[in-house]
This record gives sequence, structure tokens and C-alpha cells, in this order.
Amino acid sequence: MRAVGGKGINVHIKAVKKSYDARNVLNGLDLKIKEGEFVSIVGKSGCGKSTLLRLIAGLEGCDGGEINLNETQLEGLNDQARMMFQDGRLLPWKRVLENVCLGLPANSKQKAMEALTQVGLKDRVQDFPSKLSGGQKQRVALARALVHDPSLLLLDEPLGALDALTRLEMQGLIESLWKQRKFTAILVTHDVEEAVAISDRVVLIDHGKIYLNQPIPLPRPRQRTNPAFSMYVEEILDRIMNRKSKKNYSMILNQETQSFLDSINN
Amino acid sequence: MKWSVKGKGSLETLLPWFIPLLLIIGWQILSWTGAIPERILPAPSQIVEAAVGLMVTGELYDHISISLSRALVGFLIGGVIGFLFGLFNGIFRFADLFFDTSIQMLRNIPHLALIPLVILWFGIGETSKIFLVALGVLFPVYINTYHGIKSVEKNLIEMGKAYGLKGKALFWHVILPGAMSSILVGIRFSLGVMWLTLIVAETISAQSGIGYMAMNAREFMQMDVIVLSIVIYALFGKLSDVIARYFERKLLKWNS
Repeated sequence: MRAVGGKGINVHIKAVKKSYDARNVLNGLDLKIKEGEFVSIVGKSGCGKSTLLRLIAGLEGCDGGEINLNETQLEGLNDQARMMFQDGRLLPWKRVLENVCLGLPANSKQKAMEALTQVGLKDRVQDFPSKLSGGQKQRVALARALVHDPSLLLLDEPLGALDALTRLEMQGLIESLWKQRKFTAILVTHDVEEAVAISDRVVLIDHGKIYLNQPIPLPRPRQRTNPAFSMYVEEILDRIMNRKSKKNYSMILNQETQSFLDSINN
Repeated sequence: MKWSVKGKGSLETLLPWFIPLLLIIGWQILSWTGAIPERILPAPSQIVEAAVGLMVTGELYDHISISLSRALVGFLIGGVIGFLFGLFNGIFRFADLFFDTSIQMLRNIPHLALIPLVILWFGIGETSKIFLVALGVLFPVYINTYHGIKSVEKNLIEMGKAYGLKGKALFWHVILPGAMSSILVGIRFSLGVMWLTLIVAETISAQSGIGYMAMNAREFMQMDVIVLSIVIYALFGKLSDVIARYFERKLLKWNS
């Protein structure tokens, strides 16, 4: 297995297609993600956002198109990426520390301890997952992903099952670790507010294609009370629901974001 | 405070034995008063006497050790074969297609129905008893191992692969522990089958062992020895259950 790099990676998705039993889930989807960027993918359930993430992770192959990581085409499992699943997927028969050590060389206890300390679970390392709360389990899953120093972190609705307060806490934790380690991050979520709060750009998928590509140029740490913040949330929600924007700020937004888009694409 | 906790702990260990103890005391009293005639059921004290007598001559030890070794050897042979088939058929699709149907057909034959055939094949020597025990043990271990491996969560296997596990590592860290609780159910069940098979086989065709001891005693109307044999089977049944539970607690402690 190739060593996983520490810094972010460019992800270039070109005309990717995926279908299950003649049902087209992804329909020639294009998306460019720059190294170190935090991108959220939103959309109605069944729109193909989780499928896209699984393709980037290499858990499944594309039916058409290609995915390039720093100009190298992805084949098989993506060993530069680590994935965090919605259901945590800790091994219930392994203690917290052993779970984090999974897939690491035998002498990696120290590294695993450091990762667990970073997510604030230093004193739970000898517990079995069944003794942990939902939020703590996802912290362990986060530590398990980060201990590999991935250049790409894939988050498949990891906070979907958590209560509102724990979710805010976890968002803060993920954001701070992302800032500190500078990996590329792709978050699939159904929570538009979460997407706006945490990411540089929100991508909306509909009918297997990118339907909206919305940079969020708000300064960090982001205030949810900021009117611009709720403007973005509402704008994206309108687009998801296929509603006409009730207000007129979509024009302003588009001008502002167009210049941002131009700046990152050139 | 400490005392009451301790008291509660010992009460919990003693309570399950309350009914057996009460039964034995009642049985002894009824025998003394003559309510239970000796030729129907001897008193517990007489059974103990018989046990002591057979222990002194060394006969009891011989019978028990031969029965135990048959049980153990048959269990190991059948268990290992059943486990390996369960493993391979659970993991490899080819093995599954190739073997499973045949095993399912064999499984539905009551193995005790083979006794006449087995006697003709192997005579009444050790082989026939070990063969029958192994055959009886094989299927419950097979079914539960196979089922355990098939029902390991696909999500966890996918996660293991995504985190770089494959082949042996995936088996030891994810698949085997995931199947373990089902495998242990199979082992516990097969321990029961093991005793049952052994009793029947020893009763019908043997020249040693506890089943033989009981059949032999019947010829001489030694009620105490017959009942003693039954009690020994009960004790061994309980013992194997205790051992199985110990392993369950040890291997599945994450589940508690």
C-alpha cells in the first residue's frame, strides 16, 4: 500500500457516469476540487451524492468518465483518501485504541493515542464502542480516519445521526482539524446550514449532474447570525427545492460568486 | 455496606443450586420413609455408595475417562471439519456452490439412524463411536459458522477494505470476530449433540464407557449404578455448558 500523503490533493472528476440496474444515478458529472479546499455536496436524497463519494473513495468503479487525483487516474481503492461513514462503522469487538490502530503498522499505538487526544477522547481509549455515545463514536471514527494522514477526507453524512448540539461541536472539530492539517475535504450532507457553515464551496447535485456550484466566501469562524449566512442557506435551499428565489439577492450573490469562481478556476 | 454486596454475590451463585438440592433432600427423605421403593429408584445415599464402591475398584474412573476421550476426540474431529467447511463455504463462493447443497442433504439424515450401518462398517470398536459423535457435531458447527460468516455486516467489511485491510488481516480483524457469536452458539449446541450421541452409541454398542456401565448394570438389576450413570451424564452436560459459557464471556466481552 502506498503511503498516504499529508497535504491536500486536487480532485478532478470528468464526465463521471454511474448507474444501477439501468437507473442512471450520475449522468456525466464534472467537478474540480482544489487541494486543501473544503467542498460540501448537497441534494435531495437519492440524487447520487453518496454515490459520488463512494466513487471518489474507489469503493465502486465508474461506468464512464474518470476521476483524477493530482493528474493521476484513480483505479481501485483510493489509498490517499479516508472515509468517515454516517454509521461510524467502528468494530464493536475492538477497544477504541485498537479501532484507531486498524490498518496501521503494529507499532502505531503512539500515533493513535495522539489522534485520540486531538479529538478529546484520551481517557476512553480502553473502552469498547458500545460504551460510547453517538458523538463519541464519530470522534473515534474521525481519529481513525485522520491517523492515516489522508490527503483527502471523505465525509458521508457523518453527523446526520447526531443531536444538534453534538453536531455543532463536531463541525467545529472537523473544521479546526482541516485548517490545521490542510487536507482536501468533501462532505456529503443533507443539512444545508452545516454545508454553508463549514465549507468553501457548496455543490448541489440534481438528476446526476451539478446543478449549482456555490462558493461561500464568508470569513471564518462563521457566524450563523450573519445575514449573509442565512442568505446563502436560503438561496441553496430554494435551488434544492426548485423554488423560484423569493428575494432578489440571488443576482447579487451570483455576481459576487462569479468573480470568486473565476479566481479559483484560473 | 461491603458485607451486603458480598452477601448478594454469594446468594447469586448459590440460588441456581437451590432446586437441585431441595430435590435431592426430598428424594432422600421419601426413600427413607419408604414412599419410593428401592427397586424403582434407589436413594441418593445409595447412589453415592455405589459411586464410592466403583471408585475404589477404579472401574468408574476407567469408564469416565474412556467416555470423555470419545466425546473429546469425536467433538474435535467433527468440530474442526464443520468449522472449516463453514469457513470456506462462507467466504468463497466457489466452495459454497460446490459443497453446500451436498452438506445440506447429509445434514437432514438423523445421524443416529446410521448406527446399524456404522456397526457393520467399523464394528463396535472406538472408531464407530468417534465417527458418530463427529458426524453429529459437524452439522451444528457447520451451519452456525457458515451463517455467522455470511451475516457479518457488509458495511464493516467494506470499511475494513477502505482502511487497507485485505486477505488475512481482514479475516482476523473483521470476519472472524464478526462471526464469533454465531460460531459459539453452534459449539454450545453441538456439545449437547455430542453427549446425546455418545450415550446412545455407548448404550447400544460398547464394551466400556458410562453407557456400557449402565447397560451392564441393567442385566444385574443394579438400579444404583444405572441412576449413577444418568447423574454423571447430567453433571458432564452441565460442565460442558459451563465451559462453553466461559468462552462466550471471554470472547464476546465487547457485547456485554
